[in-house]
Amino acid sequence: MTEHVHGATPKVYFIVYAILVVLLIATVAVYNFQLGTFWAIAFAMIIAVTKALLVVLFFMQVYYSTRLTWVWAALGFIWLGFMGGIIVDYASRTYRMGTTNPLPMQTIPSPPSRQ
Amino acid sequence: MLSLEAAQSTEVVEHAHGHGHGHEEHLAHQFENREQQDESYIVGMWTFLVTEVLFFGALFLTYTLFRILYPQVYVDAHHYLKWQLGCANTMVLLTSSLTMALGVYAAQTGKRWTTIAYLFVTILLAAAFLVIKLGWEWYPKWQEGLIPGPNFRYEGAVDPGKAQLFFGLYFAMTGLHGIHVLIGMAIMSVLILLIALNRPSVRYYMPIEMTGLYWHFVDIVWIFLFPLFYLIGK
Repeated sequence: MTEHVHGATPKVYFIVYAILVVLLIATVAVYNFQLGTFWAIAFAMIIAVTKALLVVLFFMQVYYSTRLTWVWAALGFIWLGFMGGIIVDYASRTYRMGTTNPLPMQTIPSPPSRQ
Repeated sequence: MLSLEAAQSTEVVEHAHGHGHGHEEHLAHQFENREQQDESYIVGMWTFLVTEVLFFGALFLTYTLFRILYPQVYVDAHHYLKWQLGCANTMVLLTSSLTMALGVYAAQTGKRWTTIAYLFVTILLAAAFLVIKLGWEWYPKWQEGLIPGPNFRYEGAVDPGKAQLFFGLYFAMTGLHGIHVLIGMAIMSVLILLIALNRPSVRYYMPIEMTGLYWHFVDIVWIFLFPLFYLIGK
């Protein structure tokens, strides 16, 4: 019984794999160039997101799937984005009334004792 | 009576070979057609994966928060991790994703033994990942006293207390990921057994496809863990 295959073919898988390996080499190379922390994080994350997208679209076949699957695959990352909003809470805890310069995040004031 | 049974059994045999008549093979009653059933399976699996994204997401968020608070601690502590080993493990997992995808393709095209071979290679690669992770990374760290707790020893310049945070996150996140790798290996082993026995539940490729989705998700988690722990700027 041979079935018609809707999704990717082995050729696509091998091409995607080759790109993933190149991206892995690239991310390690960028790390060893000893850039500043900002550029190191920026490059590492851009490459990681690209790799994840390639895996989701081709290995997980979302590219070949129905619109409903696209929505579902995207939802997880959208919710993760919402959850990331928690960082705003942490960052704003040290804001003080009537001033525009918040305390640095390390020195979150402890609540006043009741003694 | 005997002839009726014989007739029924012939029908069953014909049915199993899937001559296209009305009711499709491997199609449950509640679905209109194969496409609808496939979509339900895949969306169901993605729903599970969304909960997994949030599960790991909480840990990634904790990581991010402490990295914002103590950037230098992360930079110092990450030198205790060997990026070469992380890179090797990324390579191993990427390759296992390839063999998994090829396994799913083999299942789609109805090649049972090729499917089994690819699943087996995927399990071997998963085992290699765990050997590198536990044997070459976790065990030496345990010997060096880098497990957070009362015996934590850290000669880093900045702050040993906060370095424990880094190593706590490292062990929690790679540990949770490692458990997912183990579960993946268990599922694939069961699949191999069922396919080898040619059980009806795995004659259609969807169970292999869904295992593939899970496995690629495990790969994606590692794709983010690797740069976040091993490739923090120098």
